[in-house]
Parts: sequence; structure tokens; C-alpha cells
Amino acid sequence: MSGEQVGLLVDGALFTLWLTLGGAAIGLVLAFLAGLARVSSSKVLRAIGFVYVEFFRGAAVLVLAFWFVYAMPMLGWQFEPVFAGMVALGLNIGAYAAEIVRGAIQSVPVNQYEAALAMNFSSWQRMRRVVLPQALVAMIPPFSNNIIELLKASAVVSVVSIPELAFNGQLIWSGNGQAAAVFGGLLVMYGALALIFTIIMRLLERRAARSVGRQPDPGWWTRLRRRSEVPA
Amino acid sequence: MNWDWDYVGSMMPDLLDGLWTALLATIFGFLLALVLGLVFAILRRSKTAWIRVPIGFIVEFIRGTPLLVQLFFLFFVLPDFGVQLSPLASGIVGLGVHYATYTSEVYRAGIDGVPAGQWEAATALNLPARRTWTSVVLPQAVPRSLPALSNYLIALFKDVPQLVAITVAEPFTVARGIFADSFRPFEAITMAGVLYLVTAFVLSYLGRIVERRYGTVRV
Amino acid sequence: MEGTKEPMTEATSAAPVRAHDGNGEFIKFAEVSKRFGSNVVLDDLSFSVGAGERVTLIGPSGSGKTTILRMLMTLLRPDSGTISVNGEYLFHEERGGQLVTASESHIRRVRSKITMVFQQFNLFPNMRVLRNVTEAPVHVLGKPKDEAAERAKELLALVGLGEKLDAYPSQLSGGQQQRVAIARALAVDPDVLLLDEVTSALDPELAAEVLDVLRDIAKTTDVTMLLVTHAMKFARDVSHRVLMFNQGKIIEDRPPEEMFNEPRHERTQSFLRSVIDET
Repeated sequence: MSGEQVGLLVDGALFTLWLTLGGAAIGLVLAFLAGLARVSSSKVLRAIGFVYVEFFRGAAVLVLAFWFVYAMPMLGWQFEPVFAGMVALGLNIGAYAAEIVRGAIQSVPVNQYEAALAMNFSSWQRMRRVVLPQALVAMIPPFSNNIIELLKASAVVSVVSIPELAFNGQLIWSGNGQAAAVFGGLLVMYGALALIFTIIMRLLERRAARSVGRQPDPGWWTRLRRRSEVPA
Repeated sequence: MNWDWDYVGSMMPDLLDGLWTALLATIFGFLLALVLGLVFAILRRSKTAWIRVPIGFIVEFIRGTPLLVQLFFLFFVLPDFGVQLSPLASGIVGLGVHYATYTSEVYRAGIDGVPAGQWEAATALNLPARRTWTSVVLPQAVPRSLPALSNYLIALFKDVPQLVAITVAEPFTVARGIFADSFRPFEAITMAGVLYLVTAFVLSYLGRIVERRYGTVRV
Repeated sequence: MEGTKEPMTEATSAAPVRAHDGNGEFIKFAEVSKRFGSNVVLDDLSFSVGAGERVTLIGPSGSGKTTILRMLMTLLRPDSGTISVNGEYLFHEERGGQLVTASESHIRRVRSKITMVFQQFNLFPNMRVLRNVTEAPVHVLGKPKDEAAERAKELLALVGLGEKLDAYPSQLSGGQQQRVAIARALAVDPDVLLLDEVTSALDPELAAEVLDVLRDIAKTTDVTMLLVTHAMKFARDVSHRVLMFNQGKIIEDRPPEEMFNEPRHERTQSFLRSVIDET
């Protein structure tokens, strides 16, 4: 492999990371806004949260990215492809993560809410000091699935010519024609990135579990070896 | 810019053909995912570590890497080994294998939900392993997996647009062809997107009806 | 009945409960009704509790005792009738001579002097013991952090947990958690303390340590207390009055000595016979 090709792969991987992290940041903000809206006491906010979640869970990243890049300019908005891709990723993952935020908030036992009320916390303080810190712990494991989905989805935006890993891989392949090496190598690189994200999220999960005085679950590799008891 | 309904009308037959192709890919991809996922789930409970661990690794690897790159791999690499698949066939195989890694988790939950006493009873009757699976465990595990599996039908459909990358004639590929001639991408892209969205909503609405009727399984 | 199990019993039994002479209507329920579906939990109930009085609510389950406490804590709203605390309506406001449904801020202000200890402790699992106790004083009452911490340490020492400031609730026994919950409740300087079956989730031994702490507190404070408990000996030791509930009504309202020694109502007699009392 030539130095130029290695450079393309490294650049592509960095771009993929950038897209994933940027999409995650946008998605996280949207997820909390929409998730909180969906448990709010205001009907209007609940409706807005519902529409956002339903619409963007239905709209695939590729559909959004295509539309942002090819259709929106006709309306007078010129989106830069990278930004368009990042927003498409964030909107999509945010809708899924909003449901996690909502579920985690609702999974905090009602007696915690009652105890906070007995301490006369205001409704925002109940959310911020009692419910959210506990809900956060429950959010992290499903969030780590989300971020892997996001990493995978970031490959999709290569179809609107964003020079990330999958796009640069195609460039290399069109140059050297070695399909097995190039695409196999790409898969391995994505697998490695996914592993890194999984490990980071695992560490976060353990930290969060400790922050509520809970013993963390066994390590990530048990997932790989998982086999619930086999019949004798 | 103004929206040209005549232009939209003229492209609809082609776009609907594309949607039909997308639905074919969905149906056959999902059928493959249902079968292969069950195979994965059973193999991952094998007593032999030499089966269990590599299968586990492969499943996790496929689930952790992008469908798009897997599609490239199928479409461009297999011909080097003398396997020539049409774009649609590659797409179906890619979707099916990718989603089998998800359905296998659903089956796993369903299998875990079969009470230990059932396994013990099968042992007490001295049933061979194959018989235990086919007549005791799976008949109980599979039905309770069905509602959760239906969610993946919708998820799979939403990934079908990616087949544009391997030139399957789904709506976006069709739309690209249309605006390459007309230089008017807005209507074509929008209509392709709308077709996908509407179909996804219809599917998830149907899924909800199924769920309401047969109950949910927690995965 | 004379408990030899607990060291505290003798002392408390010896010291007669002070006759109560405070304001007779510190807490006032007026014609309060509450139903869940077709099940009438409180039936046009009126009663009042004086400032500093300690009142135990007894009766079969489903007779409305816990509902009373949960209403005072504003966890439940009455269907009809009014509840007032220290002369202020809890769920109503007077506007232009009319009683109207109270705003959230009104409820919050009246509620600020009421707190509750729960059957399941309900400590905040994400906070260490000390922070469980300081969180509300700092963020609700606006006390300076170090002042709140100092007071919290005193209270935790009072409940015998001065050594556990840095533990998480999950690292404590049920009895210890409940004692933290008591300290947490006292830390907000309540005028009214509601104790809802605070030992029902505990083994007898752990229940005894919690009741000892509460006996101590009852002796040294003049907080108004409403208690729902099945620990009859404890109820006799600490309360000024006992209310017997049956089907959403109070059927007997007397000082503990009389209530336990010579219950008048037939329903009370059978109820007291059915309660196996150890604490």
C-alpha cells in the first residue's frame, strides 16, 4: 500500500471520528431536549417531542443527507456536505436517544420523586438533583449501543461525497482494484473504532454505576463469551 | 423555485417501481435475517467453545461494522472468488446477514425466557439435543420473539436506501437517474424520500397493531 | 407487653408523656373525602391535631391512615373538603373571598414545614449519606453549605450514624438507611413530621434501633408528629393521642393508655387483639 493510500485511510478515519463525535454531540442535546419535553407536564412540549421522535426515527440518515445536500440548495439553503451529514446523523440518533432519556427518567422509582417532594424540592430541582442523576446511569448502556449505530451510520454519508473512511476506501479501491484487501481492511478499521467506543462507554458506565454506589457489571468481553447456562 | 407537479407525475411510475424493488429487498432480506438469526442464536449456545466463541465474534463484528461497507464487500469482493451476484441479490444477502445479528439477540432473549424446568424436563425424558430444540425450546421461544422481531423489519426497511451505493434500482437510484437527465433534483429526491418515509410510517403503524394484539417481549 | 427487649423501654415508659396543651388546630382536616375508583378511602372526615402533638393512626389496612399522611405531604389530593396547616389551606387559596385551587407555589410554601419518613426509606441512591441530609437544607432552605453540613453531622450523630457520612445508601442496612432518612427529615427543620410505617420493611431487631431513635427524638423535640405504625408499644410510649380508623372514619379518639387498656369500640377491641405487638 502506498503512503498516499495510508494517508487517505488515516484522514478518512479521523473524518469518521469527527462525524461521529459531532453527530453524537448534536444528538445528545436533541435527545435531552426531546426526552424532557416528552415527560413534561405541558401538552404542547409533549407533542413537539413526540413529533420530533416519530419523524426522525422514521427518516433514515441517508434520506436526510441526500435531501440536505441535493434538494435543500434549491430552497436557497446551501449546506456544506460535512455539516449536512453531521446534522443528519445528529437528528436521527437524537430521536432514538430521546426515547432512552424518556425511558430512563420514567424508570426512576416513583418513591424517589415522592421523597424529593417531601424535601420540598421544586419540580426542576427534583428533576435535576434527584431524578436525572439516577436516570443518567440507566442511559449509558443503551447510549453506548447508540454510538455504535452512529459510527456505522456515519459510513452512509459517504454517498454525499464526504471524505470519511468508507468514501476514501472507495477511492483507494478505484485506484488499485484490490477489493478484498480494501473493503476487508475498512471493516476491520470500523470494527476497531467500534471496539474503542465500546471500551470508553464501558468505563463511563462503570464510573456512573459507582457514582450511585452500585457495583459495576462484569467486563465487556463477557458479552462476547456470553452463553447463559447450557442445558446439561 | 417552484414545485412542478407534471414533472413529479411523470417520474412516479419509475419511483414506484423503485419502491417495489426496495420492498422486495426488505422482504427477502428479512426472511434471511429470520432464519440466519435463529441459526446464530442456537450456535451461540453451543456446548463447544470452538463453535460458540468464533460465531459470537463474527456476530458482534458484523453488528459493529457498517452495513454499507459490508455491501461493498459482498458486491465487489465476491466476484474475485467467482461468485457473481446481481446488485439486488447482494443487497438482500447484505441486509439479511446484517440484520441476522440483531434478530439473533431477539431469539436469544426468547430462548432465555424458556423456564429452566423445560430444559430439565427434556433431560429427564432423555431427549436428544436436536429434539429438545425443535420440539421443546423453539416452539416456546420463537412465538414470544415475534413482536420484537417485527421492529427489525422496519429498521431493515430504513436501511434499504443504502443499496443506492451498489446500484440497486431503489427509489434514490431511480431519482438520481431522473435528475441526471433533467437537472432538477429537488422533486426527485424529495419524492424518493417521501416514499421511504410514508412506507416506514405505514410499516411501523402495522407493527404497532401486531404488537398490541400479541403483546411485547422485552429484549 | 412490658418490653424487656429494648434498653430504652423502661426509661420512656417511666417518663409520662406530657399532657398536650398547644394550639388545638395546628393541622385541620375538614370534611375530607377521597375515593379510589369505587373504593371510599376517606369518608367526610374531620379532625384536628394540636401544635406539638404526637398522634398515632391505627386501624386495619385500607382504612385510610396512610392516605391521611400522603395528603398532608401533598402526594395525594382530596376529592372534597379542606386541609389546613397552621391556619393556611394546603390545597386552596383565598382569592377575592373565594376558595380556589392553590397554585403550585402556594402549595410549596405551605408544604415547606412538613416532611415525611417513608416505609421504604427512599434515600437518594446517587448521594452519599451526608449529602442526602444536606441537599435540601442547602438547595431548598438556602443554608450555607458548611452550616448545613455541621447540622447534618449533629443529626447523624443523634441517630447513631456519625461514622457513616461517606457511605452510599446501598452500603447500609435497612435500619441504618431509615435512621438516615429520619436525620434527613429533621434537617429541614419541619414543624410537622409524618412517619409512615417506618419500621414495616425492617426485621424486628433493625426496627427496634429505629424506634429507639424515634423515642429519643420524641422526648427532645416539640415537632408535631403523625404516625402510622403497627408497633403498638411504641405508639403507646410516644403518642399523646391515638386515632382508630375504620372504613375511612375515625371510630375512636383517645389517649393511648385508655385506648390500649380499655378500648370501647368493638372494632377496636378486635383490631388490637389481632395485632401481635413486639415493639
